[in-house]
Amino acid sequence: MILQQVFDGLTLGIVYALIAVGYSLVFGVLRLVNFAHGATYAFGAHIAMVVVVSTNFGLFWAIIISVIMTGLMTMFMDRIALRPLRAKKSKGISALITTIGCSYIIQNALMIVFGSRSKWFPKIFDYGNFQIGNVLVKSTQVGIITVSVVLLLLLTFIVQKTKIGLAMRAVQQNAKAASLMGIDVNRVISFTFFLGGASAAVAGSLISGYYQIVNPQMGFIAGLKAFSAAVLGGIGILHGAVFGGLVVGLAESFAAFYIGGGYRDAVAFIILIVVLIFRPNGLFGKKVIEKV
Amino acid sequence: MPKPILELKDINTYYGMIHAVKGINMEISKGEIVALIGSNGAGKSTTLNTIAGLLKPKKGQIIYDGKDLSHSSAAEIVKMGICLSPEGREVFPDLSVQDNLKLGAFTRKDRAMIQRDYDKVYSLFPRLYERKVQVAKTLSGGEQQMLAIGRALMSDPKVLLLDEPSLGLSPNLVMLIFDLIKDIKKLGVTILLVEQNAKMALKTADRAYVLETGRITLEGTGKQLLTDDNVRKAYLGNI
Repeated sequence: MILQQVFDGLTLGIVYALIAVGYSLVFGVLRLVNFAHGATYAFGAHIAMVVVVSTNFGLFWAIIISVIMTGLMTMFMDRIALRPLRAKKSKGISALITTIGCSYIIQNALMIVFGSRSKWFPKIFDYGNFQIGNVLVKSTQVGIITVSVVLLLLLTFIVQKTKIGLAMRAVQQNAKAASLMGIDVNRVISFTFFLGGASAAVAGSLISGYYQIVNPQMGFIAGLKAFSAAVLGGIGILHGAVFGGLVVGLAESFAAFYIGGGYRDAVAFIILIVVLIFRPNGLFGKKVIEKV
Repeated sequence: MPKPILELKDINTYYGMIHAVKGINMEISKGEIVALIGSNGAGKSTTLNTIAGLLKPKKGQIIYDGKDLSHSSAAEIVKMGICLSPEGREVFPDLSVQDNLKLGAFTRKDRAMIQRDYDKVYSLFPRLYERKVQVAKTLSGGEQQMLAIGRALMSDPKVLLLDEPSLGLSPNLVMLIFDLIKDIKKLGVTILLVEQNAKMALKTADRAYVLETGRITLEGTGKQLLTDDNVRKAYLGNI
């Protein structure tokens, strides 16, 4: 029975990891927690849903369209709401409040357009179930894990091996020096938001395809849990976010089975609080020495 | 004097409410080393940051190669061939020496020429070559300064702006850095140097300007200013 919980928990956890990486990417370059990320995830799921329902492109292309639209939406959000704050060198807290505001604007827009009730979403990777030992493996889960792992590897490759990734790391470490190298810092930030939005769109579509349901508020709790996963691993550190996501997913799966469904959401936060007491910078976080 | 490669006309820059640079005029000819000396808070770094596009002048023109740069972004200015090695080095602490240099060449696409410039920088600074896979924060202060200058050279600048390259270095390293500045000049790069170490700066520079509370009060060749009574009293410790 334990193996079954592990497998279900990993499925959920890898998707949390995908959302958590979005928090970490943006935090890395801007030192900003993007609280609109949960709503972005819901936005991505709704775009995929509406494309599937209203066209005959099929789920694959619906997700591709959603990835592009959601990425552009987050770039747009940064352009109109956050970039002016950076230009005026306003305090970090202003940008934080702005992202909370954006979160509600996105969520309410989804409610106005799609209504606030839950809607059907097609099942993803539906090729039946099979048994390995005494673990029931759904093809949907295998698909979700495969797509998430590929995407996480792709994101890591972009950050570690490409020219734009090098620019992202440069902006993260010293934005002023980066601009002296001829790097257009705002473009790097836009690109980072695009990556965050795109991965949230995939995560939203995968989870909706698993539960076969979408809802404008779906991003709230998923966003908070992924955020706690990112903090758990050490925010700003990609492999930390992935590890944190897996821990949160596993914890949720075990809690739901052994303690009861009522505790499934609380357990992620209990773990977060306990970890932060012992490691304030997260599991993989480095000790930051504040320079004056 | 030949036509200047870089010319500042009545530049006025504000730091918030503070009028830090008050109508500066400067001319720098191709291939020269020009020093800008002055005490703390005179506006030296502000002048360099204005040329590099980090600060926007409220008034005045920066003419480079016949074009006015005063409205260009920092990134555009690097592409046009002016690169600043900032005060305090500002290397990327968690990136390797090699990646720091690679970022210096960020705007360039000519691979063969970039490779040639890696060789050039590594032969100027052999110590960087020995440490090329180390992350920058593990380098000593002098090595970080070499990295900051090397990184600026990787943009293949026509004009190199150096802000306090000798700051915080031991006397031996100060000598080494100034020798390197002369070597860089031999490569055909024009250099504008800001320094608190006025003596070394004046010895190295072809010409120099003295800046006091945002205004230029004196100019001349390095030798002239080294022997000027006012300069000796104010900046050279009356020797």
